[in-house]
Amino acid sequence: MRFDKPAGDSVLADTKVIGKPVHRVDGPLKTTGTAPYAYERHDVAANQLVGWPVGAAIAKGKLKSVGTKKAEAAPGVVAVLTTLQFDRLPLSQWNTANLFGGDQIEHYHQAVALVVAETLETARAGAAMLEFDYAPDTEASFDLSKTAPTGDEQPLSDVGNFEKAYADAPVTIDVNYTTPAESHAMMEPHASIAAWDGDEVTLWTSNQMIQWDKMALATTLKTTPDKVRIDSPYIGGGFGSKLFLRADAVLAALGAKRTGKPVKVQLPRPMIFNNTTHRGLTEQHLKIGATQDGKIVAISHENKSNALPGGSSEKAPAPTQHFYATDNLYCINRTAEMHLPESNAMRAPGEASGLMALEAAMDELAEKLDMDPVELRIMNDAKVDPSNPNKTFSRRHFVECLRTGADRFGWSKRNRKPGDTREGAWLIGHGVAGAYRGAPAQASGAEVAIRPDGGVVVRTDMTDIGTGSYTILAQTAAEMLGVPVERVRVELGDSRYPVSSGSGGQFGAVSSTAGVYAACVALRKKIADELGKKHDDLTFADGAVHAGGSTTELKKLTRGGRELSAIDTMHFGDFRSEKYVVSTFGAHFIEARVHSLTGEVRLNRMLAVCDAGRILNPITARSQVIGAMTMGAGAALLEEMAVDHDRGFFVNHDLAGYEVPVHLDIPHQEVVFLDVLDPVSTPLKAKGVGELGICGVAAAIANAVNNATGIRVRDYPITLDKIVGKLPTI
Amino acid sequence: MRAFSLERASDPQQAAKSAASHENSKFIAGGTNLIDLMKLEIETPTHLVDVTQLGLDKIEETDEGGLRIGTLVSNTDLAADDRVRRDYPVLTRALVAGATGQLRNKATTGGNFLQRTRCPYFYDTNMPCNKRNPGSGCAAIGGYSRQLAVIGGSDHCIATHPSDMAVAMRVLDAELETVDPDGKTRSIAVDDLYRLPGDTPEKETNLKPGEVITAVTLPKPVGGKQIYYKVRDRSSYAFALVSVAAIVQPDGTGRVALGGVAPKPWRDEEAEKALPQGAGAVMDTLLADANPTDDNEFKVPLAKRTLAAVLQEAGN
Amino acid sequence: MSKEKMFEINRRDLMIVGAATAASTGLPATAYAEATPEAVVKPDDLASLDDTLKSTVSFTVNGEKHELSVDNRTTLLDALRERMQLTGTKKGCDHGQCGACTITVNGRRINSCLTLAALHDGDEIVTIEGLGQPDNLHPMQAAFIEHDGYQCGYCTPGQICSAKETLEEIKAGIPSNVTKDLSGPIEATDDEIRERMSGNICRCGAYSNILAAINDVKGQNA
Repeated sequence: MRFDKPAGDSVLADTKVIGKPVHRVDGPLKTTGTAPYAYERHDVAANQLVGWPVGAAIAKGKLKSVGTKKAEAAPGVVAVLTTLQFDRLPLSQWNTANLFGGDQIEHYHQAVALVVAETLETARAGAAMLEFDYAPDTEASFDLSKTAPTGDEQPLSDVGNFEKAYADAPVTIDVNYTTPAESHAMMEPHASIAAWDGDEVTLWTSNQMIQWDKMALATTLKTTPDKVRIDSPYIGGGFGSKLFLRADAVLAALGAKRTGKPVKVQLPRPMIFNNTTHRGLTEQHLKIGATQDGKIVAISHENKSNALPGGSSEKAPAPTQHFYATDNLYCINRTAEMHLPESNAMRAPGEASGLMALEAAMDELAEKLDMDPVELRIMNDAKVDPSNPNKTFSRRHFVECLRTGADRFGWSKRNRKPGDTREGAWLIGHGVAGAYRGAPAQASGAEVAIRPDGGVVVRTDMTDIGTGSYTILAQTAAEMLGVPVERVRVELGDSRYPVSSGSGGQFGAVSSTAGVYAACVALRKKIADELGKKHDDLTFADGAVHAGGSTTELKKLTRGGRELSAIDTMHFGDFRSEKYVVSTFGAHFIEARVHSLTGEVRLNRMLAVCDAGRILNPITARSQVIGAMTMGAGAALLEEMAVDHDRGFFVNHDLAGYEVPVHLDIPHQEVVFLDVLDPVSTPLKAKGVGELGICGVAAAIANAVNNATGIRVRDYPITLDKIVGKLPTI
Repeated sequence: MRAFSLERASDPQQAAKSAASHENSKFIAGGTNLIDLMKLEIETPTHLVDVTQLGLDKIEETDEGGLRIGTLVSNTDLAADDRVRRDYPVLTRALVAGATGQLRNKATTGGNFLQRTRCPYFYDTNMPCNKRNPGSGCAAIGGYSRQLAVIGGSDHCIATHPSDMAVAMRVLDAELETVDPDGKTRSIAVDDLYRLPGDTPEKETNLKPGEVITAVTLPKPVGGKQIYYKVRDRSSYAFALVSVAAIVQPDGTGRVALGGVAPKPWRDEEAEKALPQGAGAVMDTLLADANPTDDNEFKVPLAKRTLAAVLQEAGN
Repeated sequence: MSKEKMFEINRRDLMIVGAATAASTGLPATAYAEATPEAVVKPDDLASLDDTLKSTVSFTVNGEKHELSVDNRTTLLDALRERMQLTGTKKGCDHGQCGACTITVNGRRINSCLTLAALHDGDEIVTIEGLGQPDNLHPMQAAFIEHDGYQCGYCTPGQICSAKETLEEIKAGIPSNVTKDLSGPIEATDDEIRERMSGNICRCGAYSNILAAINDVKGQNA
């Protein structure tokens, strides 16, 4: 099925299941510990061996030799695989950092060996017996501030004449912000079990993008995709870290090939931070020019960010390209090639980092103009795409987000001047920030079938990384086929199923529901044909098909105990991006407190208002948003992978050193969905929301800290060491 | 983790003897730090002496009017003890500021004293570290040192001691009781338990081979307002950047010890005489010899301001 | 050293590229939803180890007695997950830094990753599997579903075990870092719950909903 023009008013106009608050269908499994995650699938293959991976001890250089004798002789050890035993394995288009093979070390904790043994204990002990001899490259650069960009970047946006408009503007700000490297830090480590059957390999793994993983593994193992099966029904979080094939899967496959037995590999937590991907560091330079009454006339957003040679960097100016109205816009992203680990997508790549700077800079502008920062944003709301004035926004309710939020939050009663509002030793501040995140959609396929018992089954290689895919796909099929949600079984994450969008970039929910919609339409047409009726004349309700006075129970449509099945893929036409900018919008409001003596920052309350099209399920969507707000709070106040500039690695590479928010860090959270339909986006008129939620949160917190104290911290995270020296002396 | 033999000790002296008779042995009780370090092969014992069954898990009143805390009393039980809450509240406060409910249920009193540093370079066996691998150098000096010591360190090591409990124990003048392999007992003040790194950062305590901590004694209660203020980035489940344990008497005199700034709980009985003059007066003496790095120089003013916050609270 | 010649591609394979959307998957109905790990102790692979390096331990898990021969290095977490195939208890960090492995031993919650199985002779262990099953949920499990107190589900068993014990610990008067008055009874305020739950990290950020779930159960118990 193709989605070539905006959905008509009648499409899914009056839904009974889609958009309703349905509890997660996988809840009973997840709350009882019976949902099977990759590393614990004892049932899928007998006689599994355990592989323990080892990461490189240097950031850049050459591995000269690996002494394996001790490990090979150790009790329980079955095989030792070292990177020197292999040529550098080829990489797919989705990977940058070397995964295994060869003697070149490109980043710290690059996988260099796997010890396969009978048990976890013997594998781990064996791994520690390996003896590595490295020749480090002492010339490599690990300090972003001292690394020049490649210099061949083109502007992302270059509209009007920024330099002139900025020079002529009566009010200007010119500020630099930095954001640190962040780690996804999902709770389930990367893990895979691999088993070979002849020349075919199956991977039970934890991956967001089944098709990419399958294609990438085929490339890396130098085989063809039809020889690879990926299965990933439950994924303990991803946030972008599991978008791509990683070393756990490659090593498990190689270990299983070598030993002739299934091998399972989980990346040890302290290895994840440097072995896998991270959100890159940014150095952002923002210049904004405005009139005295607050109308923006010029914006420039320049960024520099790290990447491995050939890799991509954090595109921080992305939101600025489309957010505020201005006739003069300049955005450019520059990449500094360095040998830190691979920078890559983390929840709202580009936007999350970019808005940490842009939305704080907007606050600085409001301060300079002595304007209400809510009003400044409303005044500068874009009606057309600032980067391409020929394009409009499919739907844009940013102003309504701001107004609704201001009202709900009690913005009019906010603290006005730093130090004015106190609770004991704590200074209270309020902050606001806008949220912007693109809302892409990707082709997505599914199989939908009526089962002999009249139930419905949905099969697609779509994944549920905590996003609620199981539930919203069940809702979609239930709606389309007139059965209760409980009668729909959803099977995900298996590469034998139709290729879906996968989970990433905030496109998963909207794309995969559209794919299930397409398959349901195909199935309905098939049923119409079987019944000799016209598709448009059929009504699906109460587990039956109704047409012209006759009723047929769904189970009567199946024959011989076989399912009645249809497969289709939703393809999204170019009209979506050619005529429109399809995006989501939001506003965050924060009350924070800052200790007047110690500089500790804590949050009192958080509010988000979201404009993200139809909300497919307010329960799971709200969870996505509160979770993203929590991650945004971490970005604002805690999270930083500290770079050792001499040794070239992230130093605090465990969950004690890399602090993500804990329960006590997170106060009362409120989420408001405008729930306005966007017919340009998908037939379900929905847009993603899981990444919107993190966009702008950190800036709103920064603005609240500034409002409380008068201290503007431009280097995230806003830790007390950057505040304590600027507080009034005692 | 290296393979090890495991032996269950039946009495303290026998535990000490076993430990002393094996070249590479460790006691194990709660295990919450030791097992963590063994997995990373930072600790590599080949013999573990299980002391969990020694029965040293009681809190008793002493003839001197204080408390004698068995070494195996869990952090939870110690924090929750009615006498501790009433008479030594700074100890309860420090205990509950540390770790998490799960960890405090397992961690023991003796083990808490013997925690090892959380320096990230100590934790990464690829990195030079004089504490873990004597003579290999210190990657933290000139590296990422935000959490590390501003005072008491050396050119060889700037690790901090991570315990909260030990800071409160120091301010309460607690003493440790030990037994050695010959059955000899002695008592050691908290300050004498720990060594500064100097040029042997691998030697962290003055315990002799096999010597086992059996109890901690607290002297008679001293009253006063007892406060433990722990400053950290995350509001819970994080080690201190700076912590202050203080006992402030109605006349303004009192005691102060710092955590998070040094290789051991940092207290100076001379410096705290200035307490009636305020936080600045105390810290100017207590941290006079501070030698921070660029990363952690904020800890010096932070310590002063945290004590000011404590005094403010004590005054309320 | 000779390079390993693996995965040589032949021409025939190159031409067979799956087109997953071309035809019905035609697969037998898979049983993920029904898959429940059986509590079967896997035969150990300890033959290669010296006798001094292993121990025999017997303890009760969810009311059932088990006797195991374990490598001394085996943590209680790995004994549960790898040997007994009780995989409800999760490994998030293996270093006591996340709380996903929370279980109760003799009525107290602990991180099962930081204790050795061999040290638990005679102990009574309760894991998430012992609280309730999909068709027979513990009230805390039901409350987590009702309030959507989870997303990816990986930290969830640990959260639920901790949540149950959090209410018990408050009832027992065990103080926390946010307890204002150490002398009186402790009220189960939002902050008391948050602080006590802070040893269980949820990167999906379901904290607000977890708090709502715990408050719900607290209300039921009142």
